[in-house]
Amino acid sequence: MSVSSLLSLLVLLALAPVLPGIANRVKSALTGRRGAPILQLYFDLAKLWRRGVVYSRTTTVIFRLAPVALVATTLLAAWLVPLDGTTSLVTFPGDLVAFAGLLALGRFALVLGALDTGSSFEGMGASREVTLASFAEPGLFLCFTALVLATGDLHLEGMLGRPLAAVWPAVVPSLLLVATSLFIITLAETSRVPVDDPLTHLELTMIHEVMVLDHSGPDLALILYAAALKMALLGSLIVSVLVPRATLGAPVALGVLVGGLLLVATVIGVVESVMARLRMNRIPQLLVAAAALAGFAVILLLR
Amino acid sequence: MHSFHELLMLLVVLTNFWILGTTRLSAAIRAVAIQGALLAALPLALDPGLSPHVLGLAVGTLVVKTILLPMFLLRAIREAAIRREIEPLIGYTASILLGAAIVALAFSVAPRLPLPEMESTLLVPVALSTAMIGLLVLTTRSKAVTQVTGYLIFENGIYVFGLSQMERVPFLVEVGVLLDIFVGVFVMGIVLFHINREFDSLDSARLTELHD
Amino acid sequence: MLLFGLILLPVMTSLLAYGSRAHGVRMTLLLATAIGHSAGVATLWTRSVPGVMSGWLRVDALGLLVLTVVSLLFLAVAVYTFGFLRHDPSRGPGRGLFVACLLAFLAAATLVALSHHLALLWVGMEATTLSLAPLVFHRRNRRSLEAVWKYLILSSVGIGLALFGTFFMAAAQTTGQPLVLEDLVRHAETLQPGLLRAAFVFFLVGYGTKMGLAPLHSWKPDTYGEAPGLVGALMAGALTSCAFLGLARGTTVMAAAGQAAFMRPALLAFGLASLVVSAGFIIGQTDMKRLLAYSSVEHMGLLVLGLGIGGAGSYGTVLHLLNNGLTKGLLFLVVSNLVLFYGTSEADKVTGVLRRAPWSGALLLTGLFAVTGSPPFGLFVSELTILGAAIHRDLVWLAIVMVVLLAVIFIGMARMILNVVYGEANHAEESTGTGGATGWDGKPFRETWPLLAGPLVLAALVLLLGVHIPAPLHALLDQAAQALGGTAP
Repeated sequence: MSVSSLLSLLVLLALAPVLPGIANRVKSALTGRRGAPILQLYFDLAKLWRRGVVYSRTTTVIFRLAPVALVATTLLAAWLVPLDGTTSLVTFPGDLVAFAGLLALGRFALVLGALDTGSSFEGMGASREVTLASFAEPGLFLCFTALVLATGDLHLEGMLGRPLAAVWPAVVPSLLLVATSLFIITLAETSRVPVDDPLTHLELTMIHEVMVLDHSGPDLALILYAAALKMALLGSLIVSVLVPRATLGAPVALGVLVGGLLLVATVIGVVESVMARLRMNRIPQLLVAAAALAGFAVILLLR
Repeated sequence: MHSFHELLMLLVVLTNFWILGTTRLSAAIRAVAIQGALLAALPLALDPGLSPHVLGLAVGTLVVKTILLPMFLLRAIREAAIRREIEPLIGYTASILLGAAIVALAFSVAPRLPLPEMESTLLVPVALSTAMIGLLVLTTRSKAVTQVTGYLIFENGIYVFGLSQMERVPFLVEVGVLLDIFVGVFVMGIVLFHINREFDSLDSARLTELHD
Repeated sequence: MLLFGLILLPVMTSLLAYGSRAHGVRMTLLLATAIGHSAGVATLWTRSVPGVMSGWLRVDALGLLVLTVVSLLFLAVAVYTFGFLRHDPSRGPGRGLFVACLLAFLAAATLVALSHHLALLWVGMEATTLSLAPLVFHRRNRRSLEAVWKYLILSSVGIGLALFGTFFMAAAQTTGQPLVLEDLVRHAETLQPGLLRAAFVFFLVGYGTKMGLAPLHSWKPDTYGEAPGLVGALMAGALTSCAFLGLARGTTVMAAAGQAAFMRPALLAFGLASLVVSAGFIIGQTDMKRLLAYSSVEHMGLLVLGLGIGGAGSYGTVLHLLNNGLTKGLLFLVVSNLVLFYGTSEADKVTGVLRRAPWSGALLLTGLFAVTGSPPFGLFVSELTILGAAIHRDLVWLAIVMVVLLAVIFIGMARMILNVVYGEANHAEESTGTGGATGWDGKPFRETWPLLAGPLVLAALVLLLGVHIPAPLHALLDQAAQALGGTAP
């Protein structure tokens, strides 16, 4: 626990909604449109926060708790990541499992909420979300395995912090593979093209969006915010893997993080504009490929 | 492992996965072309002395593997107006997993081979895994063009293995190798055109008249 | 100089034949090259010729044996081509290409037989594969396309694996000129055993695919079935001998390095598998060319069995190499006659040959007894030598299994061929006057001398080898067997 890590967390929390805005803006620009303002998500959140909530008569308390649980778990996960490049707010051996577990718990809450509505569309979305997660998580764990092997440290703080910076030059190729793999997982986890299309409004083609159709007002705001935060978190993993910030000093490290996140969002936007959404049955293949990349990194490090 | 040639070899393995995962024939051919370019750069990276021998090998590889063969194959699919592999024997996801298993196998076997001193410890595992993935593509895909790309990947694996013997095997032989590959694919290519004309598709799975 | 000449002569005539317009010129070139080549090989028998290119090209007993098979077969095929191209009804790829490919094959096979550099040998082997591909595709229909595709893909993979083996061999070497056979053998004890074994496994699988050892034989029946008979003669007689030579070079090094115990079980396994598979597919086979293909699988199996048994088995193997090459040439050329005559090689449509084409019928019968190892033909002697070696080396079970399988193969082949030769002619209404028979396409067909000379000479040679092995040949076989780690019987 340090001031710099707390400060980094606050910056991240404040900055998170910018990232989807940038991704969408880049996509618009590359496809010849002007697009929504970069800060659109802030406006949306503010608007939703002022609105009332409508609950269906078939829903139970689970439906109401789901958005809160989602934001809470995502926030807790953020505590575990060394956002300033050296220290996390909370750290303990094996906290990488807790990180993945918290993200999974948030997804679980969201899926339960979706199922609680009793709508067949939301059930379908939930089923797809869970299917994809089951392909994405092995990849995430293989990435973590590679990092553990590279640093010999079971703390996220170590895997992404000082020990990583120490061995960084020797393991660059593996880390590039890990970063690529993490990027694909990020696309899947944050429901971006080519896995999911956040802009689509046809229930049959949606994955994430369809699950939250029945949420409204502040509930929906929480869900949207949690999604943005998740993108920022996974993005910060990518930035940490690619740029060892432990030796840079706190202000520079924070600057690199912010710059890196903006870059990640831009790349997501570019990917979205050059690729079409994959057919549903091809998506597992993409995620397996991501896992294979991470697995290859593991093999290289085992040598 | 932070040198340029190791990065190149990593990319070679990644192109293998790319080919395993893609359904578009043109993408597979492009991936083979890129792999050829990586292989052309490899001898230069391994031996920065820039001897004429190494330069010749690099240029020859680039011309044959990156320019001539892919151009030829692209023309073949353009004339046949086919774009996708329809029904591979093994699905794409499964072939990527198999590919990963092959890479793991190659990396676990290679250190046990009592090979003499070598510029890079990555050469042999990359060679073995590339050759095996080539055979995988060759045996599990039904389009004749994809089978040829599989064969090229197989040959690329042999080439990488040959690089480990670069100082021992004379130049003449390497020319022979490149030439043979070229002529081999050239002949295969002529056959491809005929398959197209006779069967209206480049699907070698239709070549099933001969059997006992 | 002579060695260069043997390789370069067919290369040059091949180019000339491809370029020339007049069919007569091409055929003259073909025949002249065949005669010249045979004369050159005969010279090699009479006097020793020093190696060239710092020992990369050199004559040794085994290489000379293979070269002799290639040269004799090529001469027979060259003469046969005169008759074949006159009768052949298919819309071939132009006779120029046909003749040029034949000559290119001769050059490549000569390179294989003379190379003492394993990589150079590999280059020659790949060239033999490629030079025969257009000939397999001679008929230009779907079936031959399928055949050539399988042939190219499987042979290329096989040859690629053999290249892997070659690189492993180079890696195993610590002293001496890289990959030169003499240096490998001379410094055999300094070779890395693990890598040498890996190299041998790749050689066995790679060149084994080219030989058509089971279970790597699947291209063989299709290719032999679709290729014109004279191409089949070259493939089954000369190409397989070259592929065997590739494997034998690896065997020589292994034997010199004291690794015989490692390679024998592998050779025996491939040999037995080939016998079993060929026996299984020969029973119930309905096509003559495919029958011959499986017979070729069988004989390749016998070759590696002899190597695997070792001792006098190696002598049996080298003798069998010679016998098999000549007999396969004889059979394929005769069957090619029947195809010209009946328009098919399906056995149930080709019957009563003895009455309609008496010479071919008699030769086919001779070939049947020769190829199944009946006395007094050469294959009887070589098969007996291999069997004797098996018993001598306490592999009695192997000898018993071999005898049973050979008997099965004999029954299977005899059933078909005897029916073809003696069966009721199903074109009985047609005239069968002396030399006036009409072929399947209604044109008059005669057994002209170019169609018969080659098979006749080959049959005579196989018979001669069964009766008497001349002293110089015996000495040569002895040397070859010793190079393979064996002994004279």
